[in-house]
Amino acid sequence: MSPLERGARALARPGFVLEVDRSTPPVLFHAGEGFRLERLPVGSRVVYPGEPRAPLADPDAAVRHALEHPLGECEPLSALLRPGMRLTIAFDDVSLPLPPMRRPDNRQRVIEAVLDLAAGAGVDDVVLIAALGLHRRMTEAELRHAIGDRVYDAFAPDGRLTQHDAEDPENLVVVGHTDEGELVELNRRAAESDLLVYVNINLVAMDGGHKSTGCGLTTYASLRHHHNVHTLEQSRSLMDHPRSALHRSNWRMGRLLADAGIKVFQVETTLNTDTFPRPFSFLQTREWEWSARERASYLATKRALDLAPGGLVRPVFQRIEAPHAMTSVQAGEVEAVHAATLAEVFRQQAVAVEGQADVLTMGLPYICPYNVNSVMNPLLVMCLGLGYFFNLYRGRPLVREGGVVIMTHPTPWEFHPVHHPSYIDFFEQVLSQTTDPAEIEAKYEADFATDEWYCHLYRTSYAYHGVHPFYMWYWGAHALDHLAPGGVIIVGGDPRAVRRMGFKPASTLRDGLEMAEEIVGRDPAVTHLHCPPLLVADVT
Amino acid sequence: MRALRSERSLPRYAAARVAGSLAPGAGARVGPLELVDVDPPALPGPGWQRVRPRLAGICGSDLATVDGRSSRYFEPVVSFPFVPGHEVVGALEDGSRVVLEAVLACAARGVDPPCRGCAAGDTDRCERLAFGHLEPGLQTGYCTATGGGWSEGLVAHASQLHLVPDALSDEAAVMVEPTACAVHAALAAPAAGGVTAVLGCGTLGLCAVAGLRRLATPGTLVAVAKHPDQRRLAAELGADVVVAPAEAQRAIRRATGSLQVGAHLTGGAEVVLDCLGSSASLAESLRLVRPGGVVVLVGMPASVTVDLTSLWQRQVRIQGSYAYGREARPDGGEARTFAMALDLVAEADLGRLVSALYPLASYREAIDHAANAGRRGAVKVAFDLRGERRR
Repeated sequence: MSPLERGARALARPGFVLEVDRSTPPVLFHAGEGFRLERLPVGSRVVYPGEPRAPLADPDAAVRHALEHPLGECEPLSALLRPGMRLTIAFDDVSLPLPPMRRPDNRQRVIEAVLDLAAGAGVDDVVLIAALGLHRRMTEAELRHAIGDRVYDAFAPDGRLTQHDAEDPENLVVVGHTDEGELVELNRRAAESDLLVYVNINLVAMDGGHKSTGCGLTTYASLRHHHNVHTLEQSRSLMDHPRSALHRSNWRMGRLLADAGIKVFQVETTLNTDTFPRPFSFLQTREWEWSARERASYLATKRALDLAPGGLVRPVFQRIEAPHAMTSVQAGEVEAVHAATLAEVFRQQAVAVEGQADVLTMGLPYICPYNVNSVMNPLLVMCLGLGYFFNLYRGRPLVREGGVVIMTHPTPWEFHPVHHPSYIDFFEQVLSQTTDPAEIEAKYEADFATDEWYCHLYRTSYAYHGVHPFYMWYWGAHALDHLAPGGVIIVGGDPRAVRRMGFKPASTLRDGLEMAEEIVGRDPAVTHLHCPPLLVADVT
Repeated sequence: MRALRSERSLPRYAAARVAGSLAPGAGARVGPLELVDVDPPALPGPGWQRVRPRLAGICGSDLATVDGRSSRYFEPVVSFPFVPGHEVVGALEDGSRVVLEAVLACAARGVDPPCRGCAAGDTDRCERLAFGHLEPGLQTGYCTATGGGWSEGLVAHASQLHLVPDALSDEAAVMVEPTACAVHAALAAPAAGGVTAVLGCGTLGLCAVAGLRRLATPGTLVAVAKHPDQRRLAAELGADVVVAPAEAQRAIRRATGSLQVGAHLTGGAEVVLDCLGSSASLAESLRLVRPGGVVVLVGMPASVTVDLTSLWQRQVRIQGSYAYGREARPDGGEARTFAMALDLVAEADLGRLVSALYPLASYREAIDHAANAGRRGAVKVAFDLRGERRR
């Protein structure tokens, strides 16, 4: 019985905290394109995510309903559509959701519904924009997967399906400055449309709201106001919007857009935590509840992964499509929509945790937002662990100030040369000099951000923007500031790559815990973040 | 006296070539080099003095000779048997310490009037290396008449000698000759504020980094070094960017703001100092240099195979940099390269590059160490003759 079946039959069980005792079976740790079962010390705590909530029975109907029953001060979408208007539909890019969901993707469902309404209203001037921000362009296959073949075939051939280009001065417009002096530049088509419909998938609480437009359709000149070391150190956490300086900046920018007369109709969708398909269902089942089939699946998968050459393993993982299902959809005014979205996200993901640990352990999976169909390079390992997983909290971090994080991941010194060219140079030429985020920002960011070659590759190939590796490093700035010096340990990582980032390699979890004891003292309080599926810890 | 001497022996030369190709430095075990008792060289004439070596370095060109890798180009300008060793700090009979400007140019050879090069002070361009009253030999260390540094005694002409200040240790002083080569290379092609790349950070490369930083205007100075200790030293000596060989092209691309077409940069470094002298390093230099730029061959090459299409299409100039002579100073004046090298060794503390000293009797170990210096964390290996018993 899959977790979804279990959840559908009975009310999905929420996440919880398990205290490890002698009878607790080994706990599953993700480790890149593999897994490990680890015995945690007696007394450790394991934070488990909630089981997948029941999906919407008829998501297409729910989408149509949301479009016609908007939240906040907003008219129904059909009332906003009229012949002769310019309509732009922007949508989240390949970085969401993770893993990519089975078809039909939420974006396809929403965009088809919006287009049906637009066609009914006689709107002819419709353009779709993949809201890349500074991410790499999407391939045709990725676009087809996200928006569906019908929409792709209707819009791509005549150039009405576009991808945001943050380095195309002809197609950018300065909207103005926020009251804190932040420049807001926007995609010209989006800014000059009569209506911008933004289609979002909310995988975590960080996504959505004004951040959708504020990141996806802007430029480096705008992003630098919130994607910087100071802001990210003051975002505690990225999943806790009121306490996130990054979100406050995005909100200022979003309100500036509204004040400038740019009408945004936001459509946000949430997903349940049904993350892995059947062969991998053991990844989201609590270990003591593994069925015989799941035990066999684990053993067979582990054995196959251990024996298979690396080149064969990656495609297997990249083909994983999540059985994620839509749990809610809301549309209308951005802030009202996002408030409802967050409530739904936390209903699925929030787990109450009492007290902080000395040592936080986490198993890092094979995927993060920036290596879909790509390579999980060391910078992405850092970003996933210290940027995303560390930030999966509200209130206080899961680990105390001066504590230690232990992550499991092979962390190979390997980069995708097409997707991450500036990452390679950042890793070789910047981290070899310093790992201090502030120093990196001051000395190197401008050069990378304005490098003509990276810019060329971003615009014409499938490369992340030249400045993107800096954002990966900044994403972990809060964790680096919070943890003890030398307080990041990677178990099973390539020692050269791990050391290049200023972290410590350990060959086993036991070694890692002993190394951590040298920092936090004997018999530390250990908490393991059993993730993914995703959760947000409400730490009191 | 005792000396390491190299005889002309084709079978042993062939054996050294085979052994050296299998393991760098192995030519010392089977080749023509042997430790022998010989008579001290006679003074060739007036102006010559006896020098008792104190330290004598092992150079890359020495290793090429020991391993039978030297080009046959040198045959007419070498006389056998010879005692190697041209990086020398020694003592005159009055006890004063000297370093040796090893080139055996017109003045040492008694050629008068001197050739065009020597007349201009450019002894590195001497046209009479096989003429005059000496046997052929482009430098001390390759001439049968003068002896060489890998021994207890050699003879040197006054024009070759430079007094060593008391403050300079023997270890620092033995670095003066290779530093002079590096200074000559560093000043060979001004980068005019662009990017200068130094390929290879053995002794020559590191000294070139020091020279470029202190005597030239290299712009952004990128050092490419294979081994961690070399990278550390390159940074200490003044390189702005230090990278491993596999990272060189990306580093130069970024430092120059270049684009890339296929495997080639569209731009590149203004000047590349190839301190390795191999086919691979020359090919890499041509990949790293900008159109119209200069590749300076600093490391002694032998026969190399390289695709020159990019040199032709990008109008790149390859320039040799051999030894030392006189240099145009940045202030407009002129100076002997050796004088500048003496200052640079002191200023940059290049004596720290001397990693190991061996007695003559341990020459096989010394040469093995020198041939594998980088991977063993060493830079300059030298013979220490201060403890040799005079016979």
